Order: sequence, then structure tokens, then C-alpha cells
Amino acid sequence: MSWLRRPRARLALAVWIALVAVLAAIVARSHFTADMSVFLPREPTPEQRLLVEQLREGMVSRLILVGVEGGDAKARAETSRRLAASLRADARFASVNNGETTHLQADQRWLFDNRYALSPRVTPAHFSEAGLRSALQDTLDFLASPAGLLAKPLVTRDPTGEMISLLQGLASSGQPQRDEHGVWTSRDGDTALLVLLTRASGADIDAQEAAMAAVRAAFDAARAALPPAPGSALRLEMTGPGVFSVESRDTIKSEVSRIATLGTVLVATLLLLVYRSPTVLLLSLLPMITGALAGIAAVGLGFGTVHGLTLGFGTTLIGEAVDYAIYLFVQGGSGREIRQFWPTIRLGLLTSIAGFIALFFSGFPGLAQLGVYSVAGITVAALTTRYLLPALLPENFRLRDVTPVGRRLAALAAASTRLRWLVPVLAIAAVAVLVVKRDSLWNSELFALSPVPAAAQELDLRLRAEMGAPDSRYLVVVTGADADAALRAAERLAPTLDALREQGVLDGWDSPARYLPSLATQQARLAAVPDRAELERRLNVAAAGLPLSASRLTPFLDDAEAARARPPLTRAGMEGTSLAMAVDAMLLSTDQGARALLPLRAPAAKDHVMDAARVRAALAQAGVAQAEVMGEPLFLDLKHESDALYAGYLDEAITLSLGGAAAVVLILLLFQRSPRRVWRACAPLVAAVLVVCAGLALAGEQLILLHLVGMLLIVAVGSNYTLFFAAEDGMPDPRTLASLLVATLTTVSGFGLLAVSQVPVLHAIGITVGPGALLSLAFCAMLSPARRDGGQPG
Amino acid sequence: MIPRLLATLALLLAAAPAPAAGWGLEQLMATLADNRGGRVSFVETRYMALLDAPIESSGELVYVAPSRLERHTVKPRPETMVLDGNTLQLSREGQTHTVRLRDYPEAAALIDSIRATLAGDRAALEKTYALKLSGGAERWALDLLPADPAVARLVSRIRLAGNNGEVREVDIFQADGDRSMMRIGKPQR
Repeated sequence: MSWLRRPRARLALAVWIALVAVLAAIVARSHFTADMSVFLPREPTPEQRLLVEQLREGMVSRLILVGVEGGDAKARAETSRRLAASLRADARFASVNNGETTHLQADQRWLFDNRYALSPRVTPAHFSEAGLRSALQDTLDFLASPAGLLAKPLVTRDPTGEMISLLQGLASSGQPQRDEHGVWTSRDGDTALLVLLTRASGADIDAQEAAMAAVRAAFDAARAALPPAPGSALRLEMTGPGVFSVESRDTIKSEVSRIATLGTVLVATLLLLVYRSPTVLLLSLLPMITGALAGIAAVGLGFGTVHGLTLGFGTTLIGEAVDYAIYLFVQGGSGREIRQFWPTIRLGLLTSIAGFIALFFSGFPGLAQLGVYSVAGITVAALTTRYLLPALLPENFRLRDVTPVGRRLAALAAASTRLRWLVPVLAIAAVAVLVVKRDSLWNSELFALSPVPAAAQELDLRLRAEMGAPDSRYLVVVTGADADAALRAAERLAPTLDALREQGVLDGWDSPARYLPSLATQQARLAAVPDRAELERRLNVAAAGLPLSASRLTPFLDDAEAARARPPLTRAGMEGTSLAMAVDAMLLSTDQGARALLPLRAPAAKDHVMDAARVRAALAQAGVAQAEVMGEPLFLDLKHESDALYAGYLDEAITLSLGGAAAVVLILLLFQRSPRRVWRACAPLVAAVLVVCAGLALAGEQLILLHLVGMLLIVAVGSNYTLFFAAEDGMPDPRTLASLLVATLTTVSGFGLLAVSQVPVLHAIGITVGPGALLSLAFCAMLSPARRDGGQPG
Repeated sequence: MIPRLLATLALLLAAAPAPAAGWGLEQLMATLADNRGGRVSFVETRYMALLDAPIESSGELVYVAPSRLERHTVKPRPETMVLDGNTLQLSREGQTHTVRLRDYPEAAALIDSIRATLAGDRAALEKTYALKLSGGAERWALDLLPADPAVARLVSRIRLAGNNGEVREVDIFQADGDRSMMRIGKPQR
């Protein structure tokens, strides 16, 4: 390590080591996260806050749908039963339902015992003489109905029909069917179905993974315990938001490590061929590593938490840093020559910074973090290249002579200028394609970012449709100082929601207060039930002349008297019923108190789409009366809200990118002071971006946010190429050309691999940057002035 | 509770009209098999141990061969029940409930027997019931005695009576002693 004896080298190394130590300390203290909070805008509306909370914690996020296939119906049913039994004993699951009526009896018993506290019909008028007579008459009419046998066993204890009315209110639409073995099956009967609810939130991917492993283990045990069944082997299928998260993480992990390994090998081989020195190869990675550290540290300092997403994409962005080392090693290598091309790199750096600074202003923290990360990362990488690498470069470093390659490239580039007309033609054709396809160009659904493969999405759709699983798309949310206040607030909305149902705006609604009424409501209901002597007197009057004589109704008097003495219903008293789970899902405690979620069922007649404006208007009117409630009731359309959020980010990112492009042009004008040279620097990039977009549109690929990030990267990487061409006011010298080719090849091999990824976000960035970088270089060459004349393309 | 209900519903719906034809179990089945459907009035009286007096309901029955039966109750309260294929739909006081018969195998067995009666499918009927025909062509009575214990827990006997091809009475004797008697009017065609 003789070169370390040089004083400048020692100084540079000392500064660098100190810098890395500081950065590493900051990074070590930074907080990393991978949850949905990255999608929460910096200044979220209450709706957006709820949206993200629901996506992270909501009941829907904790749902796992399970299908058992193969074997015969009997084997599937038996597997379903055993699977359910072992999962019910597993504390990781809040509820396990396979259609068996295990909870049904407990539920019905609880409902029947507490019917007077639960039934909204229990009012003083209902228990007056006239009210009782009318209720008895209703019961008699019901007994005459074909459905009357349902009521017959209950009449003497419940002659006013509270239980039937409760059951009618609770009747949930869309449960799967049971087969002859008593478990849920798909319509074709070939799949046994189960619904599981995990205790852990859907955002807790480790817990979701553990839950999935528990399901698999229980399934394997259940299958092993069965005698060999006819037909094919039994199979297990799982879907749900948590399952998706786990599978996405696995996919991303394996794809990233596979692509990163392959990419590293490719790039390292390429560089080794050029450098012929492992030491130099390692040195060339220093700017990238230092830059990545600086990027993470900057985000940690600026945002408090660093999101995994930023790390993922930021690291690809920092790929630009490898190029700096290539320019240094291939074009020069010694301090003297650096001064010749450093200004060009510096300008390239400035333009890249201008492009990424635009992202600072994004309301989407993920994108803003990406901007900060990239600016800090490439700046530090460039400085490392400029001041550390030359000092560390071995004195005996002799690069393979690239001049012959460069000359051949120069000849090729000169020849390519004859095709210069192709660039405007391609650009104009691209614009035409983009204009024709402008309406379907962008995909503004958040779903488009989902790394879940199409097959898994189909399975999810199928099981969900079979299960009639709640998609809980529409919610009304009310808050209160405590659980009881939230329940009172929910109860006050009942008339409004009932009115909306009668108008056909919604098919139905649910509320935690249906299962657990507020204390005041319970007390009011029980107070409406008169004492035994008075009830008996009224009943005698009411039943006079009816075929149902009061003397047969002693059990009713007993039950009513017992109800009056019963302590109020609490959540704790519901343990062992499936209704407890319903309350837990709809009544949440928060930092400020409690929140009640009222799921609305969209009208089937209107394609399951709700008229949000009408619901909001009705709620606004109801909200006026809600004095003690902390806020107005909020109506939430989760799908609309999340798509709108993402579409907003996308629109904003497009605007910011255009702003960034304008900033790039401005900086070029400032430094180059020649509109002609600026034009020459920009034209190839604009053409490359246009042609890539048009190519994607023609291939039927809809653009997502990550394509846009890719375009920014084309500009950042490509601006270096074009500036080298523009700087020399003609064809760059052979060594520069060779360095550009190596830089492009590393970029294309790195990003080209991303393009074949199954993960949409990785694919998007790869398919944009790979071809984009190549086109940028090709267009630069084609548009460069031929050796003698400096004519400009039209 | 629900299977029992459905079983009864199915039996009530069985009271469909049939055009006149010859007589005998074979002929009766053949006549019923020829039945394309129609509309008749009904009056049903229920006797329950629970009640001091019987309660009555009335309305119209519609049969559309081979698998659709409708019961439109007018009194004491409007109500519609439709059995079509394997689904049973009950509309009452603005609410509609739909049940799939496959969810309730016992009830499905009963309803299939009823369908078999209407379709004149003797073989299918005899899978679940012992058949006993009495009387003459002008005044016949067909007793269905459940052979399936699950069905027998709900219903002890069903008695269909009629003249020639027309079903005029459906009496259902429940296992708990309660019974319902349905009287059916002449087909309105």
C-alpha cells in the first residue's frame, strides 16, 4: 500500500473514515419501518388517517381465507373440521369459522337471554296494553305463516317476538353454503372453506407468517390423521391481505437477492475486464457504499424513520454512483486529467440533484424520502469519487488500453449520425402514440403497485366470492371519549342509516351497538319492562279475546322479571360467543378514546357501488345533533380513498417531475450559457424518455409511480452521457466514449435484470431505465455533430 | 328448527292442482306427471296445542312444472314464498330471505319428495316414504308415511286427497301433535 504514504491520500482517507463513522452512527440510530405509514401523507385528513389505520390494523387486514381441495367431500369436510379444531385452540387466531355450528348455540342462547336489553323494539309503548296486544297479534300472524314454526317453540317465553326480530336484524347476507357434512363449501362443492381472523394486525408480517405456518402445520397434521381418501391428494390454499403481505415480502426478498447477486456478478465481471485489478474494482464500489450510507443517514435525520421502500429504490438510484468511478478510472486516473472532465461530471451531478430535489416537495413521504436519499447519496458518491478515489488509486494502476475500442466506437458513432433523422421521427411517432393512448397511459389504482402475482389475485377473488367475505369497503366512523360514548354516537346514527336503507342507498349496515348497546340504551330498554305484577295485569288485558291466552305465558313473566334484575351487558360477558368478535372488530379503543366502525353494505342492485354524496349529506344532517361526539361521523370509502390518495401522489409526482425537468434546463442554461448546447444536452434525453414511454404504452403496460421514478433516473444517468457529448462540442474522444459505453453497459445489465422481475415496482423501474439508458447513449451519438459540420437536427 | 320449518313449507306447497285423468296409483302418478301447472286458491287452518283456537291463513298457490311453487298468502298478512329449483325465498314485511335447500339436507329430502309427487315420480317418492292409496278415483287419499327417521322426527304423516287429477286437501300431521289442514279450490283456468 505504498500510495498511502502520500500525504494527500492519508488526509483524504482520514476524512473519509471520519465521515463513514459519523454516517454509520446516524444510520445505527435511525428507526426503520416497513409498514403502510409510508402511504400516509404528511398532513393527512382524518379520512386518510383512518384509511391507513384500517389497512394496517382493521379487521379486513387480519382475515385469512382458507380453501381445502382435492380428495372427496368427506375427506375435505373432515380435514376442515380437524383444521378448525386445532386452530381454535391456537391463541394466534381470534376466530376460526368453517361453517360448523359450534358458536351458533352459544350465540343464540346469549341473544335470547339478553333479548330485552338488545332489542330496539323494547320501549314503554311496546309494553303498554295496546303495544302488547299488537305484538301478540303479530306473533299469531307469524304462527300462521309458513315461517311460523320458527317461532313456535319460543312463544311462551317470548310472545312479543323479540328473538325473531333480533335474528332478522342479524341475518347476515352471503354466507357460504354448507355441504351434507356440515362445513362450508364452494358452490361447485369442490372446496371446503374456512375463515380465520388473526389476533395480530395485518401489518405485522412476522406474525402473519407465523399464523400461516400454524395453518399449514395444522393442515398437515389433519391430513396425516385421515385414511387415504379417493381422488387426488388434499391441498391447502390460503389468501387474504396478511397472506399477500407475507408472500410479497418473500417474493421481493428472493427476487431482490437473486437479481442483486446476478447483477453484481455481471457488473463486477464487466468492470474487472476493463480494470484488470480487483483492488480497483473494490475501490469503484466505495462511492456507491458511502453514498448509500449518506442517503440513509440524511433520510434518518430528515424524517425520523427510514422506510424500507426508500432503501429498496434508493439503492438502485445510487447505481449512478458506479458511473462516476468508471469515468474516473477509464477517462483518467491521475489528478491532472480529472480537472478536464470533472466539470462535466459536476454539471451532471447538479442536474441530477435538480431532478431529485423536486421530489422533496411530494406530499407522499415515500417519494420525498427517495428525493432526499438520492440527493445526499449521489452528492456524497461524487465527492468520494472526486477526492478519495484518485488518492487511493494505486500508482502502478494501468488500465487496459481502451483506445482501440474507443476508436471503433467513434467510427460507429460517426456512422450513426447518418441516422440522425431517425431521432426526431421516433420522437414524433412516440408523441403520437402517447397522445392516442393518453387516457390509458397511467394506472392510478393503488392495486397496481401490489407485488401479488395474478394467480394469487385470482385465487383471492374466487375464495372471497365463494365466502361472501366482507370487503368492508364502506364504513361510517364515529368517535367518543370512551367506548360507551362511541356506542351512543353509533346508536344515534341508526335512524339515518335505516332511512338510507329504505331509500335503497345501501343494502344494510352493522354497528357494535347492535350487539353491545350503550349503558343508557340498555337501561332505558329494561326500564320499559314493567314489574311482574303490572306486566301480568297488562298481559291479561292485551290477550283478552285472542287464541293465545295469558295463562299460558307465565314463562314470559319469569323471563321479563329476570331481565330487569340482570346486570348490564359488557364486552366481557360476551366471551365464548362469536358476537364478541364482531364487537371487537367494530369498537376500537384509541389514544383519544374509542371509535365505532359501522360497515355499510353496498346495494347489490347498483353493482355494489354506493352513492357517497348522499350518505355524506345524510350523515352531515345527523351530525348536527351529535353534541357530545368528538367529531362529525365520517364516511369512508376505503377503495376510493386509497385510489384517490395514490392518484393524488401520482399527479403530484408528474407535476414535480416536470418541475424538476425545468430546473434541469435552467441549470444547464446557467452553466453552459448556450441554448444550442443545452438543446443538444436535452434533446437525446427527451427523445429517450418519450420513446420508452411510447414503447411501454404499445406493449400495453400501464405506467405507475415507479415508471416515473425510472424516467427521472434516465435523466439523471443520461445527462452525464449527453453532457460529455455536449462538452466536447462534437464527438467525445475515444477514451470518453469507451467510459460511456462501460457506464451504459453496467446500467443496462443492472436494470435490465430488474425488468424481468415479477414484482411490478421492480419491473417498472428496470423496464424504464434499462432501455432508457441505452437509447440516451444511442441518441446522443446519433445527434452529435458529424466531425466537420455542426448542423443541428430539426 | 329451520329444517322442520322448511319441511313443512315444502309439504304445504305440495298442494298443487292436477288435471283430471284415470285412476289408480300408477294412473294418479301419470296424471300428476302430466300436470303443467296452474293457479288455485287455498285456505289453511292450523291447530296448535299452544293456542286455544285454530288460526287461519288464505291466498293463492301457483305451480309451474317441473320445479317452481309459489304460495301467495293474502290473509292474515301478505307474504310470498317461492320454491324454485334448490332455493326457497320468503318475502314478508319488506324483507326477503333466501335459503339454499342444500344447506338443510333433511328439508331438501322432504322437498324432493314433494317434487317427486308433483312430477308423478313414484320411485323417488318411495325412497323416503311408504305410500298408501285409499278411496276411489272420484275421492282418493294418498298417505305419505316417512321412512327416513330424520324426516319422521318432523312429520308423522302427510295426507293428500283429491278427486281425479286434482289435489283438494293437504293435511300435515306434525310429530309433536300439531296439525295443519289445507283446503284447495278448483283450478282457475
